[in-house]
Parts: sequence; C-alpha cells; structure tokens
Amino acid sequence: MSDCHSCSACGYSFAAMGQARKPFPPGGPKVVVLVGPPNSGKSTLFNRLTGLRQKVANFPGVTVEERMGKVSVDGREVLLIDLPGIYGLEPRSEDERVARDVLFGQMRGVARPDAILLVLDATNLPRHLILAAPVLALGLPTMVLLNMADELTSRGGKVDVEALADQLGAPVALISAVKGQGLETVFEFLAGAMKVSLLAEVPHLCDAQRRYQWAGQIREKVSYHPPAPPLWSRRLDALFLHPIFGPLILCAVIITVFQAMFSWAQPLMQGIQALIGLCGRLLEYWLPDSAWRSLLVDGVLGGTGSVIVFLPQVLLLFLFIGVLEDSGYLARASLIADRTMAMVGLQGKSFIPLLSAYACAVPAILAARTIENKRDRIATILIAPFMTCSARLPVYTLIIAAFLPERSLIGPLLGTRAAALLGLYVLGFTAALGTARLLKSSILRSEQTPFVMEMPPYRWPTLHSLGLRMIDRSKIFLRRAGTVILTVTVLLWAMSHLPLRNGVAPRIEDSLTGTLGRTIEPVIKPLGFNWKIGAGLITALAGREVIIGTLATIYGIEGEGRSGGLEAALRRDLTPGGAVALLVFFAFAMQCMPTLLVVWRETGGWKWPLLQFAYMGVLAYTGALAANFIVTAFLSHS
Amino acid sequence: MLERLEVPDDVARRLMELGFVPGSRITAMFSAPGGDPCIYRVNGCEIALRLETARKLLLRTTSPKARQAL
Repeated sequence: MSDCHSCSACGYSFAAMGQARKPFPPGGPKVVVLVGPPNSGKSTLFNRLTGLRQKVANFPGVTVEERMGKVSVDGREVLLIDLPGIYGLEPRSEDERVARDVLFGQMRGVARPDAILLVLDATNLPRHLILAAPVLALGLPTMVLLNMADELTSRGGKVDVEALADQLGAPVALISAVKGQGLETVFEFLAGAMKVSLLAEVPHLCDAQRRYQWAGQIREKVSYHPPAPPLWSRRLDALFLHPIFGPLILCAVIITVFQAMFSWAQPLMQGIQALIGLCGRLLEYWLPDSAWRSLLVDGVLGGTGSVIVFLPQVLLLFLFIGVLEDSGYLARASLIADRTMAMVGLQGKSFIPLLSAYACAVPAILAARTIENKRDRIATILIAPFMTCSARLPVYTLIIAAFLPERSLIGPLLGTRAAALLGLYVLGFTAALGTARLLKSSILRSEQTPFVMEMPPYRWPTLHSLGLRMIDRSKIFLRRAGTVILTVTVLLWAMSHLPLRNGVAPRIEDSLTGTLGRTIEPVIKPLGFNWKIGAGLITALAGREVIIGTLATIYGIEGEGRSGGLEAALRRDLTPGGAVALLVFFAFAMQCMPTLLVVWRETGGWKWPLLQFAYMGVLAYTGALAANFIVTAFLSHS
Repeated sequence: MLERLEVPDDVARRLMELGFVPGSRITAMFSAPGGDPCIYRVNGCEIALRLETARKLLLRTTSPKARQAL
C-alpha cells in the first residue's frame, strides 16, 4: 500500500513504513509534540493543558515561534511542544521544515519527542485527515484528538471513533479544547497508561491528491457525517461582507479600537504614571542625595517607567486583536482590505500588522508572522514603523501645542491642532504606502503569490484564551522593558552625567550627551535644530517620547525652568520652520531601538534593520530639510 | 466539479492541501465588497481566493451557479 518509497518530493524515506508503532518508553513519555493543521485548535489545547506554565521563544536559527510548556501527570513532568500549524511534512515551507526537524529529533536544542498528539478539527475531518498519514507513518506513539467535538454534534455531524482508531492504528478521542471536554483521555495518554501500539498499515503519500483519496476511503469506513454548514456563520457573512455595510462596519471597528486605545487606556496610564512618580518621590525621600539615587530615580525608574506606561495600550490592542481573531472577524477584515492592499503590491494579511502599528511597531512586527509570503512579510515589517505609533503622539502634541494656536476650522468638529495631528497621521500612512510600492516593485518584487485564506466559522472568543494571550504579551513586553530598555536608559543616564568633574556630575552641555549633541549640530543645523534638539534626538533612540524628558532636563538645567513650561522654552528655541521640520523628522525617522531589535530578531539578521534605519533616516533628513526650507521661505514672504 | 489546476506547482500544492483537489465540488459563496476576492466552499470549508487565481482553476460545470462564479 505504500506508494511513496522514493518520492523525490519528500527528500527522505520513511524508516517505519507499515510497521507497528513503537511503545512508550519506560516510565511514560517525557517529550510530547502537538501536531495539527492550522485552525485545528491546537494552540487552544496547548493553553488548556499547560496553562501559565509555558514559554514562547523562537526555534534556534529560524523565525518560527516555539511554544513549550510543562504538564504534571501523576507527579511527573511532561514537556509539551506546540508546533506551527502544517498540512504535510514535506519540507517546503519554513514551518514544515521546523515541524519535520522537531519530529525527527533533528532540531538543535530541542529534545527528540517520544510521543505525538495529533490534533484534527472534527468538523473538517476529511481535509484534516490528510495530515494523519505522514504523521502516523513516523511510527511514534500517537494519539489522534478530534477537536471541536461539541460543534460537530451540535451541527448534526457524527463519526465512529472506534472504527477510526482501527483504521489509523492509534487511539482516537473526541475532545473540545475550548470547553475543556474529553481532556482526561489526553492525560491518560500523557501518563503512558494507554495502549498505543495497535497494528494498522498506514500509507505515506506525498501527493495531496492521493492523501485525499486515502482520507476519503477512511471517511467511508468510519461512517463520518459532516456537520451541516453553520447557518449563522453564513448570515453574519452576509452582513459583514455586504457591499455597503461591510466596509462601514470595518470602519466602525477600526475607530472603536483607536478610541479605546487612546481614551480608555488613558486613566490606566495616568494611574501607572502617578504610581511611578510616587515611587520616585518615596525613593528621593528615603535615600540620601547621591549619584546612585539619581541613577535609580531618573535613570532606572524614569526610563523603564516611561515605557511601562504603555502597557495598558499594548494590552488593550492585544485584547482587541484577540477578540477579532478568535471570533473569525479578522479573516473577513483581511478579505475586505485585500483589494486596497493589492494596489501597493501587498495583500489583505498585511492589514492587521499595519493597523496594530498605530499603537506600537513592536507588536505589529510580531503580528506580521501570519503572512506566509516571506517577501510580503518583510515589506510589511519594513513599512510598519511609518505608521504613527503612540510614542510619537506625545511629541506631536507638545510641538503642535507650542507652535499652533487653537482655532476652529469646521465649527466645533475640527480645530487647527487636531487637523495638524491628523495631517501627521496621513503623512506617515502615505510614506508607508509609497515605501511598500517602492519595495514591491524593486528589491522585494515577488511572483504574485495568490491570496489564499481560510475563512473559519464565527466563534465566541473565550475569556480563557484571551486572558492567556494578554498575560503572554505583557510578559514579553515587560521582559523587554526590563532588559533592553533598562540597559539603554541606564546608558543614556550615564551619558548625561559623565564625565565627572571633581566628583560632581557635569552640566548637561558638558556631558557626553551634550558633547554628542554639539558634535552633530553642524549636520542638523540646516534642519533648524540646535544642539539641545540634537541631544534629544540621540536620547530618543531609546523611545521617541524620551526626547520630552531630555528637553525638560536640558531646559530645567539652564534655568529656564519647567515652570515657564516646556512649550514656552521650545518657542524661544525653535523657529517655526524648525518646529515643522522636527515634526516631519519624527514622522519618518526610525528612532526606536526596540523596533530595530525586533526587526533584527524577526528577519534573522542585520541586513533588513540596517537598511530600514538608513532608508528612514535619509527620508527623515531630506523631509525635514525640505520642510524647514519651505516653511521659512513661506513665512519670510508673507 | 474541479478538473485541473493551471497554476504553478507550489500554488497547486497549497490549494490542494486546502481541499482544491481535482474531482471536488466547488461552490462560490460571498465575495468581498467590490467582488474580489471571493469565498469558495470546497471539501467542507470556506477558502477565499482572488479572482486571478480562481480563473486558473478549470471546472467541469455541474450547476449554473458555479459557471457564473468562475
């Protein structure tokens, strides 16, 4: 029955062809791998089984996310590895190569698995069964889990589990990962208490068409009745994909997300800020005045604090993305956006990363993982930092408030300041689209890879999975604040307080930061910036909003005082041309170390982040130069 | 009824894994506002394709609706 002895497409031959599966190692399995097609609910099951005892990292050397977790079974720990969703084991895509390497025990740094949990969608069995053939042929102890069993029964489908177990030669169980039903059989399997070495001959077929024929035969023998197509899913599609209401609903969703991120997160952010301020004052009260106190309060607390403040926004964003994704709406949103994205050479799947980039480019770049086409993914990563992220917002607000008097343009609806802010959003968006166009017609030109996207039925998102997702993301975010950002802020603090003169910290203009600012002054002079702005720009590399703190420190030190207001100080120090140039500079420049580091991690090298940094830098410089020139010329004429 | 996929091999493989195997029944469902891309029901699930891809899937027509859609 094995048609595929030396199939060249596979590139390897199966050792365990047609043999009985190996039994468990003595004492039960230690390393268990979760395998399944995309949308099989594999990750939900993983979350169910491991709860909070999991960690997310990248597999060494590749950009595929590795999720590992521990499960206690009878007082013994079992390591669970969640593989990326795959349809087959032929090493054609990066996901499949990783899955194959892990399953064969060839992945560096990952233990060889001794059992497999194969997760298939019970409502979609014929299609998902095609993965069973190559996985079962590996000869490892395997349990087949038919997930979403509750949905199968409620929609009137059924399957003979015992017949399927006979056909596949492996234990089979119906489960519902979302509701946590049927998991006791999974634990029984993990404990090694289940008989796994049933005898059945499973062919290993590379060719999708043959695998379908095989799956078709099995389907007959196990009297599988497919569930009725979900009616309400169709009704919702009729509404969400309606030619008129569809785009309107999409706009409403986007506006809600924005509104929430800007206004709902506000009280929380102010709360955190107040808390950090309180900690700072307490420390100042308790500790004697010294360089260490300054390092602790201004450097560590102030620096990491200014980033932790964004936690509520990041959490809200991931809550929304979680709800949209788990409910199935995200797939429809991508479908609606596909046409617009196609105009700049991208596809619908780039829509969500770009939308999230309005909050922060870091999660956006992580969200670009859902784009399978590598070139489209890199293009999306490269343009994401152009979207106006929340760190730019405080800078924009400050400069606009300092230089633009508030007047109403359209009655009470739109004032000059809001219009200027909107203009900056449009500027960033236009730069992103233009760059996408440029990239996709030059270095990232790709064969038009077709947009192929599975539309999952609509489902209620569960609190459990949303909660885990948010905890997961906060952990990543806080770890970043605790490592990279802490290092950078301490470094910047040191640069502003060194070199010591007679054991005393120097004035800011004599410090390393001041010296650096002065060194780059000739370069930024044509843009209308002086050394203070230069020092601000350097410190803004840690995070764009840091420039505000730096400028406040510099002006404070110069005796112009915070009481006079940062706005007044800026007005004295910058020409209107310089102010506009500064806005344009912030709109285009890649002044964000965390983003560069994420791009480096996600693209697996320094080539793309360096290119991005250089490109955005050149654009920012020329843009600011032009802005300063035009505004100054315009003002001197009128 | 799907007869042949006139697309490059890697695209064909991906489509086949999603259920577009010769001999399967394809029904056109909703399309995005503007008519493109369109959702097709095949082998029990719904997949969205751009028209440019869908046009390269050669069908043997079984119902007037399918002929209209592709």
